[in-house]
Amino acid sequence: MTDAVVQGTTAGTGESTVPPRSASRGPWRQALGQIARDRVAVGSAVFLLLIVAVCLMAPLYASYIAHTNPFQSNVLGTTVVNGKTVPVLQPNTQGLALGSTPIGPTWHFSHYFLGADSQGRDVMTRLLYGGRTTLLIGTVSAVICCAIAAVLGLIAGYFGGAVDWVLSRLFDIIWAFPIYLLAISLAVVLLTSGLHLGPVTIGASSLLLPILIIALIYVPYVARPLRGQVLSLKEREFIQAAVGVGAPDGRIIRKEVLPNILPAIIVYLPLMIALGMLTEAAMSFLSIGVQPPQASWGTIVNDGMSLLYNRPAVAIAPGVLLVLTTVALNLLGDSVRDALDPRAKLRGSV
Amino acid sequence: MPRMRPRLSLISAALAVAIGIAGCGGGASVTGGAGVSGQPGSSAGASAGGSTAAFDAANEGGTLHLLAQAAGGTLDPQVNYTLQYWQLYQSVYDQLVTFARVGGQASNTIVPDLATAMPSVTDGGKTYTFTLRTGIKFANGQSLTVADVQASFQRLFKVASPNAGSWYNVIVGATACLSKPATCTLSGGVVVNAATNSVVFHLSQPDPEFLDQLAMPFASILPAGSPAHDAGTDPIPGTGPYYFASYAPNSALVLKRNPYFKVWSAQAEPQGYPNEIEETFGLSAEAEVTAIENGQADWMYDPPPPDRLSELSTKYADQVHINTLTAYWYLAMNTNIAPFNNLQARQAINWAIDRNAVIRLYGGPSLATPACTLLPPGIPGHVNFCNYTAGGGSTWTAADMAKAKALVKASGTAGTSVGVVVQNDPVNESIGEYVQSVLNQLGYKATLKPLSDNIQYTYIQNPNNHVQISLTQWYQDYPTAADFLQVLLSCSSFNPGSDSSINIAGYCNKSIDAQMSTAEAEQESNPAAANALWGKLDQELMAQSPLAPLINPKLIDFVSSRVHNYSFSLQYYMNVDQLWLK
Repeated sequence: MTDAVVQGTTAGTGESTVPPRSASRGPWRQALGQIARDRVAVGSAVFLLLIVAVCLMAPLYASYIAHTNPFQSNVLGTTVVNGKTVPVLQPNTQGLALGSTPIGPTWHFSHYFLGADSQGRDVMTRLLYGGRTTLLIGTVSAVICCAIAAVLGLIAGYFGGAVDWVLSRLFDIIWAFPIYLLAISLAVVLLTSGLHLGPVTIGASSLLLPILIIALIYVPYVARPLRGQVLSLKEREFIQAAVGVGAPDGRIIRKEVLPNILPAIIVYLPLMIALGMLTEAAMSFLSIGVQPPQASWGTIVNDGMSLLYNRPAVAIAPGVLLVLTTVALNLLGDSVRDALDPRAKLRGSV
Repeated sequence: MPRMRPRLSLISAALAVAIGIAGCGGGASVTGGAGVSGQPGSSAGASAGGSTAAFDAANEGGTLHLLAQAAGGTLDPQVNYTLQYWQLYQSVYDQLVTFARVGGQASNTIVPDLATAMPSVTDGGKTYTFTLRTGIKFANGQSLTVADVQASFQRLFKVASPNAGSWYNVIVGATACLSKPATCTLSGGVVVNAATNSVVFHLSQPDPEFLDQLAMPFASILPAGSPAHDAGTDPIPGTGPYYFASYAPNSALVLKRNPYFKVWSAQAEPQGYPNEIEETFGLSAEAEVTAIENGQADWMYDPPPPDRLSELSTKYADQVHINTLTAYWYLAMNTNIAPFNNLQARQAINWAIDRNAVIRLYGGPSLATPACTLLPPGIPGHVNFCNYTAGGGSTWTAADMAKAKALVKASGTAGTSVGVVVQNDPVNESIGEYVQSVLNQLGYKATLKPLSDNIQYTYIQNPNNHVQISLTQWYQDYPTAADFLQVLLSCSSFNPGSDSSINIAGYCNKSIDAQMSTAEAEQESNPAAANALWGKLDQELMAQSPLAPLINPKLIDFVSSRVHNYSFSLQYYMNVDQLWLK
């Protein structure tokens, strides 16, 4: 069904620059084939799958390997290193005996592989749980963002007039705010007492809050270009023809317009996931994203800030993972864009 | 006293001179909240034991560089209520009487300052008569007169000084001033005579703490023409050895020598050593430590961050001063809303919190000791007892999680959502996270709510915010039991709907209130009986568990290697202008 629609649409555009489609393979299949031939994209996808798989195994790692509860403080706990029982937070015994330092990396998966944080918790276990949270927030917020943006972009672009004016001004208003300032403002308000909308209540510590905040603040960034595409599509012959034969608006939007902006949405998705992860990390770093004792890569970087001098690994490890994951998502996103929109690549090479 | 930050102003009573404040333990580099030490472990000080040393001109000069993450707000001494500036006011402003400018126990002593002698108290404690010194000038060259004294007390009400209604309301005429500040005259309350240079205070009732209140920066004597509103960033001239030359809250506060200053009482207002004192704002605590280590600054107002403590402890031990405080960090449990309107739930918290864990997070045993009582050691009435320690005993040894879980189960409050409100600095937040973890282990659904330290203290006080449990601190105003028990847990300290409801737990027990009044009334006539009663009340209150005292903290001062002659006042902490720069 999708293939047929996309094929028809491609034909409908009548663009001579579009490569001739294969007689045996549809454009989606072609795109997948192209992505599969792109080594960088394949490498990125494998890396991402690996990260997701490892993070999904966090509960197994915590229960059966590290034997630890990553959400419970272990300030006075002990562990065994080289046969010796040592405190997880090691009190300083030198000089004036001020302060204590969390145990550093042991490089043994069974206990404190990457050391402990300032609450005496296993950093490795929290890193895995944090990855689940960060990936979840990034992905779900990107999906919600793209879904809302698609609906609004379709409505604004297709119906035009007053509806378009109102929605466009709404995008302008949101766009006028510095993106992080808007996220921080929303988070500070909502984190104090949660969100109460009629019968719907979302607790202050719920992951839904950062997900919704991140999804909403990026809507204009996706909806505006989609609206532009819809405006352009509206003038094409196949849409005009559909209007001419009296097809209802809903059907035209679903059957003709939406399939044509779908590739763009798919291209946006990995980029928005990366953006969502970075925003989540920034918010959690500022203590206004994921709330303790839950972990995300941003909260772990935040935890590590007070240990930078003594245990830099606590902040560096999630930071490195965050960078690698977002780079992989961006590389994959570029490849998907090239595969789904060959004209963009052609334009880029001119 | 409200404490917006962990380190705010301390007030003490003259009567407390004899009170023993426990000296802190630790190594040779620790000063036990007393005395003077040029360098820790050595005795290069100027006034050991609290006696006033002669000014040593050989150590005069230089610019003292202080650091603070942020400015302390208004510079007006009758409005500002932070230790950050109260420390500096000691070098700029004077009162009729003041706390001796020395280190150690003697710093609790009230001595004559702008007055020639301590007042004669007559009329059953309702009249205080002072004679003002002559020949003293403000930093603007204007001579000090009794009219300035009268105007300063009127201004105190006109600018709505924070404690005008609670400390100075006993002055005759204060009621009218509180209701109509703009037209405040304190008629009949502050009577001055220019011919005899006398100043007479008439009180509506005896107040044993009136002298302490006169020694506070709020009661600073300012020129009569000072604006009748918060002066904000515009400095008001004082009579001390320095004046505020400039103040830009985003960058720096500069103090320069007052050219009109001449020592009239070295005990009350000694000559300062540095030629200039400059407090710079804007660096992070991490950067402050580095600057001091590098000799780019001399002292930091903010506590050193936890990850730098080990380094200070070893490489810079001779530049660290640790001082014992009469204070505690505690959890306030709201006794009026679930789950802590249940006695067993409150007691469970006291059983469950491992004080050693809190100490570990605070900085280790050198910086704090476990707290069991509402009256810290050193406060009259303090009795060693511990209702909530595993195995019993008079001092805290271990938490009892099993007993705590049993109490929560019996209370039927398990599963309740609980918000833990803390300040958002690293130490408070990490202790809050530990408390959250303990609450979750007990079966509650705990969330951590870190708030900026600028607003957290007022937020947790206001009962309308329905804060269930909060982490906060209390540092002595007066070294009296009333300052801890009556202020924090009396019915009169609970003000529904107000940001100034210092009884954060909202605990109100008429019977205990009546006993507190009895103890306070007996404080002067029969201190032994009063102290015994305070000790008994401490135990009764702990049985009710509205608060969970966690630790008795100590204070770190980290100074540069060129700083000498360090001394620590129990009232205003480090004596800033007595430092030598070499």
